[in-house]
Amino acid sequence: MKSPLSQIVALVKKDLVLEWRQRHALFGILLYVFSTMFVINLMVKEPEDKIWNAMFWVVQLFVCVNAVAKSFLQESRGRLLYFYSLVHPRYFITAKLIYNVLLMTVFSVVTLVCCILFLGNPLMHGLYFLGVVLLGGISLSLLFTMLAAIAAQASQNAALMAIMGFPLIMPILMLLSNIAQSAFAPVVQPGLAGMFLLLAGMDVLVIALALILFPFLWKE
Amino acid sequence: MAKNWWKIACVLILLYVIIGGFLVRVPSIGNNLQAIRGIFFHLPMWMSMYTLFTISVVNSVWYLATNDLRRDIRASSASSIGVLFGLMGFATGMLWSTYTWGGTIVNDPKQMTTAIALTIYMAYLVLRLSFTDLDKRARVSAIFNVFAFALLIPLTYIIPRMVESLHPGSASSPGFSSQDTAGTIRMVLWPAFIGWTLLGIWIYTLRNRYKRLVLKNILHG
Repeated sequence: MKSPLSQIVALVKKDLVLEWRQRHALFGILLYVFSTMFVINLMVKEPEDKIWNAMFWVVQLFVCVNAVAKSFLQESRGRLLYFYSLVHPRYFITAKLIYNVLLMTVFSVVTLVCCILFLGNPLMHGLYFLGVVLLGGISLSLLFTMLAAIAAQASQNAALMAIMGFPLIMPILMLLSNIAQSAFAPVVQPGLAGMFLLLAGMDVLVIALALILFPFLWKE
Repeated sequence: MAKNWWKIACVLILLYVIIGGFLVRVPSIGNNLQAIRGIFFHLPMWMSMYTLFTISVVNSVWYLATNDLRRDIRASSASSIGVLFGLMGFATGMLWSTYTWGGTIVNDPKQMTTAIALTIYMAYLVLRLSFTDLDKRARVSAIFNVFAFALLIPLTYIIPRMVESLHPGSASSPGFSSQDTAGTIRMVLWPAFIGWTLLGIWIYTLRNRYKRLVLKNILHG
């Protein structure tokens, strides 16, 4: 038996290789970001700060749903059974979480670049916003990974994911857009540290729940 | 009869709460005036809802440990009645805020987060409907229920206490400690908590029994 770490690394590597072999999904999402931003550009040209922020996070949300949803759908039942016989479910979900975080980090940066290209750059603290964006990408992908795992058990996947996911993601999204608001103004917002702590707390909560509950989900 | 004493107690307490709630002399402060009586019907709904959601999540965890379908039925009945009480709490709150805060839905953090929490539980109920396989439904929805409860507490208990809110007990306003609340209100409010919670549990047991009858053939077959 290999060590847990090498198992997780192998699983992440497998997902990355698979992603690159099936590039249509990857480029599909890139095209999706591109065309959404272009449509927004055609409609509102250069929006003001608040709208810019809102647009960015909504696009980010949908990118995350599209990118993460398929992480469990692409696995056929037979293959899942094969994994089940090989690795502990906890390592499997850890690998999926890491892989989705990596994926979402890339997409977050791409969304940000597209947003700045098409909608102008109202940011005053660019690096700070980039940090928030990466943090947001991680938070979103963690929660949606677990939801994708749940949705994969049910039959109508995509719609179910939206129904389950949006109420759960709302508090995180509200927190993120509030934190990100600081990047548009020269003054520091009060209560920023508290919001960061809350966000980190949410992430830890999601990871802990995923690690505890996923083995039950896989029992079949 | 011996087992049903709490139902009789529930009816008597609620009669006392409803009659007393409308007749008791209340202090008239600010623009609250007589609308303060809403407290007897607004606050206890949340107590009832929390009780039912706690029953639900305990049964969900119990299901995951034992795989006993009856636990799942308990969890689902409790959360659907919990949603009912949550909606009633929301409705009474909206009625109250219309006359006190000057709007049905104001931008109050607690109102927002509660709405989100209720949506999460409604998503739980929708999730249940999307399965045909009973065991799978029980397992997956139990997992989602744990998630929902884990978000309910920070959403409705922790965040509203950290920010400015029109609700009592936020960062800038006092809560319901014994010095701040008038004696006449307390006289009705505490029984109201017990009465409405008992009513919630009563409805939950009825729904639980009904659901078990529906699945009788599977549970005993």
